[in-house]
Amino acid sequence: MQQPFWRRFVRNRPAAFGLAFLAFVVVLALGAPLLFPGDPFRIVDMTFLPPFGAYLFGTDSLGRDIAAGIAHGGRTSLMVGLVASIVAVSIGTLLGAVAGFYRGWIDDALMRFTEFFQTIPTFLFAIVLVAIMSPSRGSIIVAIAVISWPPIARLVRGEFMAMREREFVQAAICLGMTDLAIIFRQILPNVLSPIIVAGSLMVATAILIEAALAFLGLGDSNAMSWGFMIGAGRSFLRDAWWLCAIPGIAILLTVLSINLVGEGVNDALNPRLRTL
Amino acid sequence: MSEPALLALHGLSVALPVWADRERAVSELSLELRRNEIVCVVGESGSGKSVLARAIMGLLPAPHVRVTGGRVLFEGEDLLRAGPERMRAIRGARIAMIFQEPMTALNPLMTIGRQIEEMVEIHLALTRRQRRARILALLEEVRLADPQRIMRAYPHELSGGQRQRAMIAMALILEPAILIADEPTTALDVTTQAQILALIKELQRKHQTGVLFITHDFGVVAEIADHVAVMQHGILVELGAAAQVLNAPRHDYTKSLIAAVPALTPRPRREMEAAPVLLEVSGVMKTFGTGAAWFARGDRRVHAVKSVDLAVRRGHTLGLVGESGSGKSTLARCIIRLIEPDAGTVRLGGVDLSALSRRQLRPHRKHIQMVFQDPFGSLNPRLTVVQLIAQGPITHGVAASEALAIARELLQLVRLDPAAADRFPHEFSGGQRQRIGIARALALKPDLLVADEPVSALDVSVQAQVLQLLADIRDRLELTMLFITHDLRVAAQVCDEIAVMHHGEIVEFGPTIDVFADPQHAYTRELLAAVPGRNWIPPQLQR
Repeated sequence: MQQPFWRRFVRNRPAAFGLAFLAFVVVLALGAPLLFPGDPFRIVDMTFLPPFGAYLFGTDSLGRDIAAGIAHGGRTSLMVGLVASIVAVSIGTLLGAVAGFYRGWIDDALMRFTEFFQTIPTFLFAIVLVAIMSPSRGSIIVAIAVISWPPIARLVRGEFMAMREREFVQAAICLGMTDLAIIFRQILPNVLSPIIVAGSLMVATAILIEAALAFLGLGDSNAMSWGFMIGAGRSFLRDAWWLCAIPGIAILLTVLSINLVGEGVNDALNPRLRTL
Repeated sequence: MSEPALLALHGLSVALPVWADRERAVSELSLELRRNEIVCVVGESGSGKSVLARAIMGLLPAPHVRVTGGRVLFEGEDLLRAGPERMRAIRGARIAMIFQEPMTALNPLMTIGRQIEEMVEIHLALTRRQRRARILALLEEVRLADPQRIMRAYPHELSGGQRQRAMIAMALILEPAILIADEPTTALDVTTQAQILALIKELQRKHQTGVLFITHDFGVVAEIADHVAVMQHGILVELGAAAQVLNAPRHDYTKSLIAAVPALTPRPRREMEAAPVLLEVSGVMKTFGTGAAWFARGDRRVHAVKSVDLAVRRGHTLGLVGESGSGKSTLARCIIRLIEPDAGTVRLGGVDLSALSRRQLRPHRKHIQMVFQDPFGSLNPRLTVVQLIAQGPITHGVAASEALAIARELLQLVRLDPAAADRFPHEFSGGQRQRIGIARALALKPDLLVADEPVSALDVSVQAQVLQLLADIRDRLELTMLFITHDLRVAAQVCDEIAVMHHGEIVEFGPTIDVFADPQHAYTRELLAAVPGRNWIPPQLQR
């Protein structure tokens, strides 16, 4: 009969790999204070020590341990990416669902509101928001969420509009279900796949935006982050490639594994692919 | 029969990809088509009849679906060995094809005249003036009024019937020896279908064309076929003259198909006159669209339903009959309040539903339930069968465990295996899904069941089973039913009374038996006359 969600998910090799790597990053980030006790900004040795010597990833232009920076920076990147995405997806889904389900003037009002956010160049908007609120983890999360929800709202609205015309939704109306039940229990599970896929991509972009903000010096100055490490290392790219390459690869692999997990969840949730 | 065949298929086999449910789409099929003859290939969906047509034309989606054996002889030449160049010369000029959905077969960005002209340009050396003259003459021949205007029109500016006529003109412009028609009337309304069938037959006689006509509808077969080929799972199970196959079928599968065709004789009157009126509809009106928009020309409003009055007595079944666009589905959705009517009242058992707000209406919803047309779209794909059926009672406050028990009972009532309960809808066939839809509607013990074309998406044999099931359940539970259909054969089988809708109005309303025997309105007479194969009475067969 039916396999539990977990078994279906793990049978998908790339997803399992993504999850494994993501778990590794999470453990590394959570365990950072134990693995690399003390301040990651602390100077530990000579500058520009190459990787795989005394220190796993070498040291940077001020003699800071890059491995410690990666572990501590992972905390910032993952937390900001995850929380900002969850906030953005929740806002986007809610507004999109209401607009797509009710249509009419509600839809008009919500979509004009969405367009207002979409007309502002997103990254500049994020910079402005962080600058106004002063750089901190909280303000970065708010800024990323604020610039990220409109595409989700548009996507969910479109899906809801199409679904609302489907006969099974009409049947649910005939059965006398409340609008809330129809939105959340009938339609939402059916549009979950695109939301999850868009959401997982968003975690990835959020990590990138956070890195870009930190690169520009708008990161939380008390928190190590991968973007900050790339920004600090960029002037030495020709002499000490590892300053940028190692946090860059960390971003790449993390973003990739998040995407693989997102797709795996989608496949496992979709009953059309369940029976094999 | 001494004349050599125009087209002869010898042992034609077409392989399906490995992941398909069977090995071959068409297997070892032999068939002959002569000049001035219509051969109908009949079969249910998945029988391989469309693949057959595409194999002849060399239009199979290679490499997954490909011919693995046999010969296709066209005037003695094996088309399977003809090169692409040769096939291009034959396609269109010598063997033409018309499709089911003319809207998708025509290029939406080109005028009709231009599309036909292109055909002529490719195959014949004519001057522009000659080409034009020829196209105009042909458009006239396919009875398109005002051919000058049609030539300049884009496909979307024509009706479905006009588009199919234009397609036929396009197919015939080069005077092909063979016309392959793949369900050319399935997407059309019954009156248009009758006209197109008459047109195909007339042009075929006039041009002495050989026609390979693919259809699932035995009524259509009875209307036009000279010979009939019956296909099942890619195998030709019966081949013979039309009269023989239709009236004295030999193969069991043909017999079962013909037995499933509903007869056009209405069901006998039932003695239930004293029953009280359950549903009373008066003055219901619905107009779609708004008035003329800024800068737009003309009024774009569509009066879908114009002031309709209806009454259905408890225990009766009223058939709402009409062609597409007649407003019958809109009326049903106004009654069940999926659409807000602009005016009028709907009373169910004395309660004025139209006076209630959406919120107030909710508890009353359980008294009217609906069975939908599309067996694939009407079930939530994320819920199991038993959840689907139980969700109605749960919504109305029945405890979950009790609702699930009701759902399992209903599965038996609609004759589905109890083991089906925990599976998802996509694991079922169309007919089984429609049973699930019926069970879901019955779970709330409604007074009135609205069935919107519940069998028109199903194959004829499955259709007969679902109709039988609906009739059994109705009699057993003494249900009142509003049955919407475009198919008069189905209406004759199911309905006690019939309301004929035309352009948003009910033009005729009365007991089925009277409407069929003595139609009062001109449109009703037209509808009855258009039923394909109306003169053919399916033989009484043992199933």
